[in-house]
Amino acid sequence: MIIKTDKTIPASEITDLLVFQQRRKIIKALLAGALLPAGIVPVSANTELQPRWPEPTDSTDSGGLGPITPTELVKNYTNYYEFSFNKEDSTELAQRLPTANWTIEIGGEVEKPGHYQLEDILSRQTLREYVYRFRCVEAWSMVVPWVGFPLAELIKWVKPLSGAKFVKFTSVYDPGSMPKQRIDAMLNWPYVEALRIDEAVHPLTILAAGMYGDVLPKQNGAALRLVVPWKYGFKSIKAIVKIELLQRAPMTTWHEFAPSEYGFYANVNPSVPHPRWSQFSERQLGSGFFTPRRQTELYNGYGEQVASLYSDMDLRHFY
Amino acid sequence: MWLRINNAWIAISIGCLLPLFGLLLDIATDNLGSNPIQAIHIRLGDWSLRFLCLTLAITPIQTMTKWRGMADYRQMLGLYAFFYATLHVLGYLFVDHAGEWGVIGIDIVQSSYIWFGVIAYVIVLLLAITSPKSAKKRLGKNWKKLHRLIYYAAGAAVIHYFWQLKGNLFQPLFYLTIVVFLLGFRVLVWLKNRQLAKLMLPKGRPISLEEND
Repeated sequence: MIIKTDKTIPASEITDLLVFQQRRKIIKALLAGALLPAGIVPVSANTELQPRWPEPTDSTDSGGLGPITPTELVKNYTNYYEFSFNKEDSTELAQRLPTANWTIEIGGEVEKPGHYQLEDILSRQTLREYVYRFRCVEAWSMVVPWVGFPLAELIKWVKPLSGAKFVKFTSVYDPGSMPKQRIDAMLNWPYVEALRIDEAVHPLTILAAGMYGDVLPKQNGAALRLVVPWKYGFKSIKAIVKIELLQRAPMTTWHEFAPSEYGFYANVNPSVPHPRWSQFSERQLGSGFFTPRRQTELYNGYGEQVASLYSDMDLRHFY
Repeated sequence: MWLRINNAWIAISIGCLLPLFGLLLDIATDNLGSNPIQAIHIRLGDWSLRFLCLTLAITPIQTMTKWRGMADYRQMLGLYAFFYATLHVLGYLFVDHAGEWGVIGIDIVQSSYIWFGVIAYVIVLLLAITSPKSAKKRLGKNWKKLHRLIYYAAGAAVIHYFWQLKGNLFQPLFYLTIVVFLLGFRVLVWLKNRQLAKLMLPKGRPISLEEND
């Protein structure tokens, strides 16, 4: 006997709701569950299918980077041009982006290409807290405790082929929720960034799914973003849906928009000014009136770890 | 009649100070977002450019409406442009850079967008200094020539605005349109006057641009 479905309550909606409720439970369990000492302490990867989150660092402990920037400032000051050219407006507009059941396509020069569920990726990784200084090309900076894992781990997992020389990242293309993509404003959408393979597998380079001990707010790049702390912020692409390992360097969004102003490398460097403004100093978010600007450091202060990547390069030419 | 003008004078003065009161209120209530220093800086720069545009708008409005009553306020609006520009500069030097002259020097040398800001400010400063009646008398014919530099100040201020943006050009384009319109109007008037002069009409009196008082 065939029982007709009640069209006012489609079965698909019920399933969605259950998944949604489970997600909430998972996040709650994650936030309450981890009982670990402060600092960069891992929750080791295990056989459980749920990602586990590290305990957030003591809010004053940044490992010598100065005070951690208050989370409210970081949440309300984002360059997310898909939503708005105004840093405050993207906070609310970004909430339209659906980030549930996030999938990432991995392809190119790898042995294991495919579409991967973010939950699956995260459950296989050791999530840690990484407190980094984030330096924008607009000469402001902040200190953020990200929650993520080294990109190298993901690259290792999909088994790169010998031809892989560059890693290309593509942001989500969703004109339905992203007003500036809808009107095709300014940049070529979707947003694309890339790293040289040695930069990509450097232990400082992470994929972040959270910050301040919580899941990443949508305006800060949920569901998954890149963080490369020694480069200007625009390299740290948000809302990644595709990662490709390539033989040749791909064109990247800002470099394509203004090649003389935004280079492929975009390493933080106080002695190579932007053609129209100085990069010598930076305003730290959260610092008071009449306090001096911070003097910008080469490689944003991570020179000890990364300078060897560029030892035989002319940094003025490869800006 | 005199009293009415005086009342308007007070009202306009208060009106011109409202943006400053608004800014002080936002500072007091911590309503300037994650980067308040930059917000203050942009706000003061915006108002300086707006007053510069208003100052430039008076002559075209007069010519079009044949109403002379506004000329009295041109000087005042110009001085408010100078006032907000000065706060903008002081904010840059002391609120943002805390008077660290070494860093300020490097910043100015390396930032071409600031050069245009400096040009605009030096001009506006010169015009403010030579604004009193006594200076006008002493300078005679040169006063008009000097004060035509306001066009260059407006141009430099718009470039200063354009040049510091990473990409989005909507707002500076708005100001550029206004400045081009205001300057274009003057060019048209100048061309028309030249034609009239060529015709040598015995009683033809050119439309004056500089009828300040």
